[in-house]
Amino acid sequence: MRAIYQIPIRAREMRQRQWLGIFGTSPSSVLVGARNMLRLHVSLLKELKQIADQYAPAFTSRGFQRFFRMIQEELDDAYFAVVEEHLKALEFRDGVLLRAELGRGNEGTNYILCKPYSNGPNWLQRVLGKGSPVYSFTIHPRDDHGARALGELRNKGIKGVAGALAQSADHIESFLQVLRQELGFYIAGLNLYERLTALGEPVVFPEPAPREERRLSFAGLYDVCLALTMGQRVVGNTVQADGKELVFITGANKGGKSTFLRSIGQAQLMMQCGMFVPAEFFAANICTGIFTHFKREEDASMQSGKFDEELRRMSAIVETIRPNALLLCNESFASTNEREGSEIARQIINALLEHRVKIFYVTHMYELARGFFEAGLANTLFLRADRRPDGSRTFQLLEGEPLSTSFGIDIYRRIFQTGSLARLPAEQGVGLSAKEARPAA
Amino acid sequence: MVSVSVLFPKPGLDVQLEEEAGAFLKDLNLDQVIDAITAGKQAYHLKPFFYTPLHDLEAIRYRQEVMQDIDEDTALASRLKSFADEMVIVRRYLSLVENLEFNYHKKGWFLEAALVYSAAVRRLMQDLEQSALRSRGLRAFRDFLRAYGYSEAFQSFAEEAQEVKRRLSELKYCIIIQPGRFKVKMYEGEPDYSVEVEKTFEKFKQHAPKEYRFDPDRTSGMNHIEAQILEFVSRLYPGPFAALDRFCERHAGFVDETIRAFDREIQFYIAYLDFIADIRHRGLPFCYPEVTAGRDVYVREGFDLALAHALHHTSNPVICNDFFLQGPERIIVVTGPNQGGKTTFARMFGQLHYLADLGCPVPAREARLALFDHIFTHFEQEEDIRNLRGKLEDDLIRIHDILQHATPNSIVVLNEVFASTTVKDAVLLSKAIMERLVELDLLCVWVTFLDELSSLNEKTVSMVSTVLEEDPSQRTFKIIRKPADGLAYAISLVRKHGLTYEQIKERISA
Repeated sequence: MRAIYQIPIRAREMRQRQWLGIFGTSPSSVLVGARNMLRLHVSLLKELKQIADQYAPAFTSRGFQRFFRMIQEELDDAYFAVVEEHLKALEFRDGVLLRAELGRGNEGTNYILCKPYSNGPNWLQRVLGKGSPVYSFTIHPRDDHGARALGELRNKGIKGVAGALAQSADHIESFLQVLRQELGFYIAGLNLYERLTALGEPVVFPEPAPREERRLSFAGLYDVCLALTMGQRVVGNTVQADGKELVFITGANKGGKSTFLRSIGQAQLMMQCGMFVPAEFFAANICTGIFTHFKREEDASMQSGKFDEELRRMSAIVETIRPNALLLCNESFASTNEREGSEIARQIINALLEHRVKIFYVTHMYELARGFFEAGLANTLFLRADRRPDGSRTFQLLEGEPLSTSFGIDIYRRIFQTGSLARLPAEQGVGLSAKEARPAA
Repeated sequence: MVSVSVLFPKPGLDVQLEEEAGAFLKDLNLDQVIDAITAGKQAYHLKPFFYTPLHDLEAIRYRQEVMQDIDEDTALASRLKSFADEMVIVRRYLSLVENLEFNYHKKGWFLEAALVYSAAVRRLMQDLEQSALRSRGLRAFRDFLRAYGYSEAFQSFAEEAQEVKRRLSELKYCIIIQPGRFKVKMYEGEPDYSVEVEKTFEKFKQHAPKEYRFDPDRTSGMNHIEAQILEFVSRLYPGPFAALDRFCERHAGFVDETIRAFDREIQFYIAYLDFIADIRHRGLPFCYPEVTAGRDVYVREGFDLALAHALHHTSNPVICNDFFLQGPERIIVVTGPNQGGKTTFARMFGQLHYLADLGCPVPAREARLALFDHIFTHFEQEEDIRNLRGKLEDDLIRIHDILQHATPNSIVVLNEVFASTTVKDAVLLSKAIMERLVELDLLCVWVTFLDELSSLNEKTVSMVSTVLEEDPSQRTFKIIRKPADGLAYAISLVRKHGLTYEQIKERISA
């Protein structure tokens, strides 16, 4: 596969090295450029064909088998012979044969390049030897104007074929580039696989379920980006959320909530790309789209603008979201006060649930999560970022009812290196995040 | 010889067309209007038609009928426009023929002109048959066209043109191009090569391909190489070219005189209707006025056409005004605050009469307007301090001139005459002139700051430009019939600034 991948790469390199390309706006220069490009392409396609002949039996997947079969069928020797014949004919060693008609004002029009009846070495003699009258004219060597006019006429005639040839060169070029992209996808997948296994992280092929079902269960699910950035194994989560449509994630700051949310989105995306997923086990229903509404860091002084911006983003999501989509909310509507934010979020959630959207909602808004908890609906799951009694994080999420504090104090304590609460700002218990606690430094 | 005219009921009688705009047209801003109407139609040389008002009720009626036919039937209007477009092409081709160099190239374009012309005539015939024409002018032209179009001469001309064209366009020939030389021969069925090339490479097609755009070909014209090729082609196929020779010989000057005249004259109507279409679109009214030999005139919701055109691309509203004259009333004296629309009103009065006598719909909801022999205007020129004495003198000379030539059927529009002399003198002079105008019994609008003129006798009518009651600095641009009260406006302005007697007293004692 990596050998095939080299072909489009080399096409690009050789093109650059040999200054090949289709330049200019005159049909004759385009024709020359396209002809040279196609010569290069033909040689590369021949190589591709050889690889196909040699390695095709080693591939078992339907996709690769079809690809190789296509190469072998379409690019047979006869086809290459035809192409090479065209490339030779288009050098017009014996001149250009045009057919024309008289248009308005008896001006020549509908110039069409014709193929002489025989493409043999002496087609010209044969064409002219048939007995019908032929008039010929030789331009005076100093008649530059006449030579230019004749060149223009020639261009009119070869315009069609120059365009067609240039398009053909573009087609092959884009065929090679598509090949590069598609193979690139698998090669990138292989690269990722190698990196993750080197870190000792598990990967697994997921089990997709129909989109109408509500399935989500996984074991050891982790954030790929976090693992790659840290260069080490990271904490995975195990959750059983089959049949759930709404999942609230509450709990400790810096407890891995955002990471968890990201890992769900990643796994869903990778699954629907046909890739493996970063987990020991992963099963989920297919969704019609993944939407994220993450809180954005912004200047705190622009509170109202921020809220407005959040609403605008949510409105854009509502504009395009479809039933059976997945929506990941990360502290949405935390930029207004909790009562307002909760009410807004509640209304949005209920509306989207009615439209069969699956929602994961990370929030500090106790009132919001508590409201849904007390409703006690079977389709709702509550996860909590846990902490040990000493305040340190496990970065694991466990099922648990929403609590009225987010443990911002813990972080405050760590940052301020203090065991006493005496210097804390007014302790409100709710919604106090690390970022809000820090300014006293 | 032109046998039918859509502009004049009797085309035989020579109408003396004015080639230059009369001075009064400039004062009334009608020169701008006429420039705008005829813009882009220079080729028709329409201005003389717009510079020459009719002085005959019957002739005015004749034009109103034609204008109404076109105005009320949008299908007819667009048919006439496509006929005009085709005639433009005919003329362009024929002038091309004049300028070309090579024999069969010239003849080729002559043939194209003949083809476009014959098709245009035939289409116009059909189009006019399908239209319910009421005007005498268009009906007469339709009769003419019917006779012309069905004539043996025209029919055979049209058929011959098509036949020659058919024979030429069927020709196919080959050119073999080699460096520095070429050959021309008959086409013998050689297959199209680009199709084959495209087919070969089709399998690599992924998405919509990039279109290769080459420098555009010259659209028309012929260089000596192409001329040489054409010459060879005519030798390969002598028959069709001989037919072309015969056609050109037989049909030189094929455009009929009456049709040529119609093509020009009908543009008078099309140009005017096109011009007012945009203004109508803003909701401003136009009407076909009743033109009377009497002096009882009235206008409802009239407006200044030049101003409406100038304001077309702005959101500023165009204010409409009414007026009427009845019984002995002849002279409207307009007074009131400056910048209040007085001059616009005066122009409107003149414009409406002028346009009515051209046979055009006028910018008003409803109108009865007088037939006139001349419009005389005297508008104040740019003030020039160095020339004070000269200016008064000049004013008097011009007004004298007007009074010399004016008849009871004339219309006089005076705008702020004697503004540069003392009030006492101005009143004196004005009263003297007013006497002469009253004597002549002609129609007049007189814009002045002299309240005294507005109530001289039973022939004068006072009209005043008005302001908003609650804010006297705001003009309404409404001119209404009421006694002149120049002071009322000034007092309200003073009040606005808290400077009336009572106000000042109060403010000081406070």
